[in-house]
Amino acid sequence: MVQIVDGRVAEQLARLDVPFNRYGYDAYGTSRAYISRWATIAYWFYENYFRVTTHRVHLIPDAGRGMLIGNHSGAIAIDGAMVLTSLIMEHDPPRMAHGMVEKFAYKQPFLSNMFNRLGQLTGVPGNAERILNDERLLLVFPEGARGTGKLYKDRYRMERFGTGFMRLALSTGTPIIPFAFIGGEEAIPQVMHINWLAKVLGTPYIPVTPYLAPLPLPVKCDIYYGEPMHFEGDGTEADEVILSYVDLVKRRVAELMREGLEARGDALPPQTWESP
Amino acid sequence: MKVLVTGISSAIGRMLTRRLLAAGWQVIGIDRRPWPDAPEGVEVFRADIRKRPAEEVFRTHRPKAVIHMATVSHFTTSFEERYRINLGGTQAVFDNCERYGVEQAIFVGRHTVYGAMPDAPMYHSEEDPPLGGSTFPELADLVAADLYAGSALWRMPELDTVVLRIVYTLGPSRYGNLARFLETGRVPTVMGFDPLYQFIHEEDAAQAIAVALQQRLRGIYNVAGPQPVPLSLLIKISGGKAWPIPEPLYNAFLGRFGLPKLPAGAINHIKHPVVLDASAFREATDYTHQFDEVQTMNAFRWA
Repeated sequence: MVQIVDGRVAEQLARLDVPFNRYGYDAYGTSRAYISRWATIAYWFYENYFRVTTHRVHLIPDAGRGMLIGNHSGAIAIDGAMVLTSLIMEHDPPRMAHGMVEKFAYKQPFLSNMFNRLGQLTGVPGNAERILNDERLLLVFPEGARGTGKLYKDRYRMERFGTGFMRLALSTGTPIIPFAFIGGEEAIPQVMHINWLAKVLGTPYIPVTPYLAPLPLPVKCDIYYGEPMHFEGDGTEADEVILSYVDLVKRRVAELMREGLEARGDALPPQTWESP
Repeated sequence: MKVLVTGISSAIGRMLTRRLLAAGWQVIGIDRRPWPDAPEGVEVFRADIRKRPAEEVFRTHRPKAVIHMATVSHFTTSFEERYRINLGGTQAVFDNCERYGVEQAIFVGRHTVYGAMPDAPMYHSEEDPPLGGSTFPELADLVAADLYAGSALWRMPELDTVVLRIVYTLGPSRYGNLARFLETGRVPTVMGFDPLYQFIHEEDAAQAIAVALQQRLRGIYNVAGPQPVPLSLLIKISGGKAWPIPEPLYNAFLGRFGLPKLPAGAINHIKHPVVLDASAFREATDYTHQFDEVQTMNAFRWA
């Protein structure tokens, strides 16, 4: 098999903060060779297709635990892929982020394997906690599938945030690094969902675009990282306390989204703050 | 000090016996199978652990400690027989422990009791529920035996019980469930799935059991050695060839074309990982494994 790995990708991966064994696997099944091939393709999209500009990547800590929290969009998690790429290719030293994957994906052949080799684990609390206690970066989209399944008319209006991430950040003493991803909503404009088919296939949703297939358009994308946020507590606080913290993070993400949208001449649509 | 090992004639039972002798224990054993060249001083009683002759061993020899490893898996034994041996046998052993003043009991269990599922955390700690039987009915008897042994912790407070959930063992004896799966050379995998497999060198497994005895451990502990590796790598390094079969055809292919025969539920263990967090055992004891994952795979391959 011909394995084309970009030279710069290989250079960055050699410095990645992951303890690989002599066959290039870490304790979670993350594979250096697999990431190298994946990142070569992802980096091509990053540079040439989505022409991603990453702002303030230096705000990501050079080492130690951290939780990346951002807005979710784009049906097939282009945002996740581009954030991972930005951390590997733009940050110095390169950093690996472990995402939390919809359970549905781990039941599918090939998808299950791909996510595992990329270090993207099933989205259950036990996995998230372990990643953080291993002093790694965790990538969380608290909107979950509600976020990626957003319709075009609702673009950049954040869905309800889950609260599990905040309790975990408190109990593990993890700083939260907010970010905004701009462009994902236009890259895959979803006009409708085929709900009955989703039910049959067991997927969270089946998106339909004006050109039918959920393939991404070459929309310019931007990632805006924000200052790390620190919260005091142990994770056993009452729901209303947790919700108020979650709300602070959500507002911070919205500010970053506003910055990104205004930079390209758009306005942030009104957000629903009633239910964080 | 006298220790009784059930299932002593197994590969790991023999390795364990040598370690216990070296540590100064007097070792006796019960097994239905013989151990013709047992080391001097080791008395092996050919008996069934559920039967009266086995009780007689407890009665006359009064062991201070018992290591119960006489459990069987689907590879060798039928469904009803497995229940009789695994659950009935464990019950008989613990009853005898209580009746004849045994001070320490070690149940040697398996990591598969946690079950292989797509939506479980990748690493299992001891608090996780043992769901093995829900996806793989052939494990239900072992799950029951594991839980039964664990219940001795509160039922028999004067007995120091430890349940060890040990990952797959691998090594030069080429004995054990994982070895049986790999040894045919044609290993049926499920296309599109490549789960992590966690295994320990059989000598390291024997050492872990010996350590649990020496340090008089009490409680339920996961036992693991080196970090897990993907099944594809395990097959490759241990000298086999993976045969990826699409899932709908999987069970139809088993037992044919030189592929091993497996129960239908086994497919979950070939699609999804069962990986243990064994940090509690390492913290409670001074145990460290001697063989890393590469040495272990090579020890199996070149035996």
